[in-house]
Amino acid sequence: MITLLDRQAPIGFYRIADFRAIVQEKSLSEINERIRDGSARVVTAEEMPDLVDTLGPAGAVREVDVVTTGTFGAMCSSGVFLNLGHSDPPIKIVKAWLNKVEAYGGVAAVDLFLGATQPSEDKGNEYGGAHVMEDLVAGKQVEVEAEGAGTDCYPQMELETVLRLDDFNQAIMVNPRNAYQRYNAATNSSDRTLHTYMGTLLPRYGNIHYSGAGVLSPLSNDPHFDYIGVGTRIFLGGARGYVIGPGTQHNPQNNFSTLMVTGDLKNMSTRYLRASTFHNYGPSLYLGIGIPIPVQNEKIAQNTGVRDRDITVAVVDYGIPRRERPSLKTVSYEDLKSGMIDLNGKEVSTSSLSSFYVAREVALTLKEQVKKGEFLLSQAVEPLPRVGSARPMKQTKESPNVGDVMSRDVVTVLENIQIEEAAKLIVSGSFDHLPVVSKEGMLMGIITAWDISKAVASGSASRISEIMTRRVYSARLDEPIELAARTLDTHSISALPVVDRENKVIGMITSNHLSRLLARRR
Amino acid sequence: MKFMLHVAPGIVRYPLIASVILETSALLNIERASIDAVSGEIVLEVPLEKCTEVKEAFERRGVRVVPLEIPVVRDENECVHCGACVSICPTGTFRFEDWRVIADSGRCIQCGACVISCPHRALKLVMK
Repeated sequence: MITLLDRQAPIGFYRIADFRAIVQEKSLSEINERIRDGSARVVTAEEMPDLVDTLGPAGAVREVDVVTTGTFGAMCSSGVFLNLGHSDPPIKIVKAWLNKVEAYGGVAAVDLFLGATQPSEDKGNEYGGAHVMEDLVAGKQVEVEAEGAGTDCYPQMELETVLRLDDFNQAIMVNPRNAYQRYNAATNSSDRTLHTYMGTLLPRYGNIHYSGAGVLSPLSNDPHFDYIGVGTRIFLGGARGYVIGPGTQHNPQNNFSTLMVTGDLKNMSTRYLRASTFHNYGPSLYLGIGIPIPVQNEKIAQNTGVRDRDITVAVVDYGIPRRERPSLKTVSYEDLKSGMIDLNGKEVSTSSLSSFYVAREVALTLKEQVKKGEFLLSQAVEPLPRVGSARPMKQTKESPNVGDVMSRDVVTVLENIQIEEAAKLIVSGSFDHLPVVSKEGMLMGIITAWDISKAVASGSASRISEIMTRRVYSARLDEPIELAARTLDTHSISALPVVDRENKVIGMITSNHLSRLLARRR
Repeated sequence: MKFMLHVAPGIVRYPLIASVILETSALLNIERASIDAVSGEIVLEVPLEKCTEVKEAFERRGVRVVPLEIPVVRDENECVHCGACVSICPTGTFRFEDWRVIADSGRCIQCGACVISCPHRALKLVMK
């Protein structure tokens, strides 16, 4: 690494040879030589920080050759290319399903791409692309159905067959975005339980979920890509795999780097490849990834000495269903792993979605493989880019906001009025809902024509304060109508008061507004 | 220990728990109750020394009593020890021990929150 020394040496002061005495350097081939003859000294990224603290970076370079990392968590952006071989008569597949899970067929005649998060057409979210992969790796057979284009060269229109993993010519995993360097933790300020890809988030900051292996995370141990690059050999799902390049949404400038990786599904193991389902979200794939990092110099030693407390993430509020979810606090993986985090003076319980237990197993397995000379390190053919892109989507078709379609002539009532009075208001107006407000105009509840009918039928109440719904859902002026529609749908209701920032009622949006809008679009 | 009470239609409107408390003087804690017009399911925490007495008192009133010795079971082949169950359990049934998820079944009140939240479908409620 002459270039590195050249750059760091104050010109004219030292000769390179002087530096050699101080700076510890090892070449990759030197380290591979030790791996081959079984003399390599290997530790996991969990064991490394103490060594760096005790020996110092230079000492760590002298004493340690390889640091193994590992992670095991939900990696939604994963999939497999499957080649079925040609049927007789041949078919050019347009659409295909494996155990009723659709795989993309628009790649030549008999190549399919099966994505991990694709739900099945018969079992929905409980079985998806990830489950097909796990079943194949477990040696089970899958039912394949295909529809063909019907061409002169590929006349077959339909076929059904049953295949096992061995029956495919190739089953090559190609994952667009894996092994996130770190991931923001999730909580929920809203008053209902949310089911997300970050797990079940309890209402009113009831819990915090996080993901990622922290101290063991491959990219957190090599944040500047001193070793990891295009072509780096990795542990993927129990098999050998390779880094293809940066993953999608690779964003190293903000410490959210990702990897695109590949590996042979036929060599993977269900120990490190597991299907999962996130309730009301869908299927995903839990995948074990590990990367051994050679301790070639002090900078790498320093980086692999990273601890949970050095890796920080934001706690993000999934209660706000927008792209820019508010960040509530910055915490470290040490804080997250402690099981409890103070959020605005409240102790909130944390738990992980990725498994540190299996991540550690990946790092330890890799450690053994390197020690035994079974896993050699590789020189990257290109470095990973230091700058990536994770920009928001450019949306060319503007969707209206609640404020654009709501009605502004809303009639509100105070909670102490008589039921008869409310009934008269409903009859004279052309609406079914009356928002109930405080003297200052703040939203306090809602009452519907049905509430009034019920009260009249039972004859037990006289004021609307006794019958109104106090847990009232509302919409914001600047909220996209898609969100208001989802609120109506989730709670099976037909109208929402629209409130401003002070919770004052300024309008109403109803399912009628939304259906009229849809009708106009068509 | 915990009992699951199955309250049959017909007796659901009687003050069953109140009357059993008066009869046995046991400090009963209602941990979960789902009752509608026709039947009900109640999970009770009962002091160990009063277990038999309380069970018999409920059974005399026509309530089916099932002791919840192992309320929730885990499929060890499916569990990957991620911990998605840890923070969503209202009674703290699950915890990490050296990053393995350990279950203290005695705390479970069979609310089912963990069953749907387990990404690997490794948890099941017993006797439901």
